Amino acid sequence: MRDYKKALTNAFVKMAPGVIAATVVTGAAHGQEMPAPSEASTFVFNTSLFLISGMVVMFMAAGFCMLEVGLVRSKNAATICVKNIALYSVAGIMVWLLGYNLIYGIEEGGFIGKFAVWGFDESEALENGYAASSDWYFQMVFVATAASIVSGTLAERIKLFPFLIFVAILTGLIYPIQASWKWGEGFLHTAFGFADFAGSTLVHSTGGWAALAGALVLGARKGRFEGGRVNAMPGSSLPLATLGTFILWLGWFGFNGGSQLALGTIDHAMSVARIFVNTNMAACAGVVTALLLTQLRFGKVDLTIVLNGAIGGLVAITAEPLTPTLPAAVLIGAVGGVIVTFAIPLLDRFKIDDVVGAIPAHLFCGIWGTLVVPLTNSDATLLGQLAGVVIIGVFVFAVSLAVWLALKFTLGLRASEEHEQLGLDKAELGLEAYPEFANG
Amino acid sequence: MKFIIAVIKPQKLDDVRKALTDLGVEGMTVTEVKGFGRQKGHTEVYRGAEYNVDFMPKVKLEIAVAADRVAPTIDAIQKAAQTGRIGDGKVFVLGLEEIVRVRTGETGDAAL
Repeated sequence: MRDYKKALTNAFVKMAPGVIAATVVTGAAHGQEMPAPSEASTFVFNTSLFLISGMVVMFMAAGFCMLEVGLVRSKNAATICVKNIALYSVAGIMVWLLGYNLIYGIEEGGFIGKFAVWGFDESEALENGYAASSDWYFQMVFVATAASIVSGTLAERIKLFPFLIFVAILTGLIYPIQASWKWGEGFLHTAFGFADFAGSTLVHSTGGWAALAGALVLGARKGRFEGGRVNAMPGSSLPLATLGTFILWLGWFGFNGGSQLALGTIDHAMSVARIFVNTNMAACAGVVTALLLTQLRFGKVDLTIVLNGAIGGLVAITAEPLTPTLPAAVLIGAVGGVIVTFAIPLLDRFKIDDVVGAIPAHLFCGIWGTLVVPLTNSDATLLGQLAGVVIIGVFVFAVSLAVWLALKFTLGLRASEEHEQLGLDKAELGLEAYPEFANG
Repeated sequence: MKFIIAVIKPQKLDDVRKALTDLGVEGMTVTEVKGFGRQKGHTEVYRGAEYNVDFMPKVKLEIAVAADRVAPTIDAIQKAAQTGRIGDGKVFVLGLEEIVRVRTGETGDAAL
C-alpha cells in the first residue's frame, strides 16, 4: 500500500495548486476543478487517517478476543484473554525491534529488508506527507491482526509460552519479510505486479497459513473427532462472539479505509469514503449469504457460521476495496459467505480442528479476495495475483510449520491431556474466568 | 406432614408458583437442575455438527405441607405443570418427620 501512497503524495507535493491529477477511481471527480489543500492540511489529514484508523484497528484486537472467548468453553476463557492481550503486546515490541525496518528497509525489487531497530525520525516527514510515527503505529496494529488470527484456531489446547514464542517469530520475522515483498516494494511488487490493497494475502492469509500449520502440528482437541464422528464443542458465550464480530467489522473501516494511506486531498477523501461503503457491503453480503445457506443446509440458521460470514466477506474485499462497484463488492463478499459455510464442515472432515473458523474466513477468503482483484482493477493480472498467493503461501506455511515443529520437539506445544480436560484456566493460570458460577 | 419434590419444565415454574400460592402454600424452595427421564435428551447443531444434549434443564421445587394439604397440592402442581408433551416432569411425595422454624424454635405443623 505504501508505494501507492508515495506516488500520490509526491505527485501532489510537486504540483502547482489547481487541478489535482488523481489516479484514483472516483468516478464523478474526474474532469472537475477541485480546490487544492495546503501542504500543512494535507499533512495533518494524512497523519490523522493513520492515527484514527490505527486506533480502530487496534480495537480489532478486542474484537478477536471477544470472538474467541465466546467460541471457547468457559474453562479456557481466561487463557484466551491472556493470549490476546499478550500477542498484541508482543507484536508491538517485535515490530519496533525488527518488523518495521524489515518491511520498509527493503530495496526496490529486493527479497529482504534491513535488520534494524525502528526509532523516532521525522526527517522525511514533510516529503512523505505524514508523520513517520503515525505510519509506524498504523503498520504495527496490522501485524497484531495477523497474530490474532492464529490464537483462535489453536485455542483450548496450546500452551501459553510456546504460543507467544511463535507470535514473536511471526510478528518479528515471518510477517515483515513477506509484507516487504509487496508493501516494501520488493520483488512481488516490481516483478509480478502483485496487488493487495489492505492485506487479504499479506495479513489475513498469512495469519491463516500460520494457523493452519499450527493446527496440523498441534492436532485436534481431545474428543473432537472421536468415535468416527464430529463432536461439537459449543462455545461459552454467543453474545460475546457476536460483539467481537461487530467490533471487528467496525475495525475494518480503519483497516481498509486507512490503507488508502492518505486523506489530504479531495480525491483521497472520496476514495476513503468509497472504501468504507464497499467494505460494509461485502460484510453485509457475507452475512446474508451465510444466513441463507446455513438455513438451507442445516435446517436452522447457524449463528457462529453467520458471524464467520461477516469476517469472510470483510477479508475478501480487503485485497481491493476501492475499485469494485457496489454489485461487485456484494458479489465478492457473498462468495466469502459461501466459502465459510462450506469450508467449516470441510475442515472437520479432514479432522483439522479450527475452534473459531479462522482458516476458512482468513485464509480461504483471503485467497479468493486476492484472486478476484483483476475483475475490478485492470492494473492487476490473474497471474500476478496467483504468484503472490502461492509465493507468500509457501513461504509462510513452510516457515511456520518449521517453527511449530521446532517448538513441539523442544518446549512442547500441547497442554497435557489432564490439563486440557481440567481447562487451561485452572491448569495454566490457576484461576477461573467466571469464579462465582464455577462451584455451583 | 409430607415433603413434596416436583421436577417440572422451567417455563411452567410461574404457573405452578401461582397455583400453589392460590392454594395457600406458604413457601417453597426452587433449584435449577438437569436430568433426563423418558424424554431422554435432544440434538442441537453447532457449526454444522450435531450434538446430543443428554441432560435437559428442569426446575426442582421442594415443598413441605400438612397431611391434609397433600392431595390438593399435588393436584395443583400436576395441573399447572402439564403441557401434555413428553418431559413434563414428576412429583415425588416423601414422609416428613420434623420441621423446626429457626427464628422461633416452633416445631411440627406450627413451623409450616
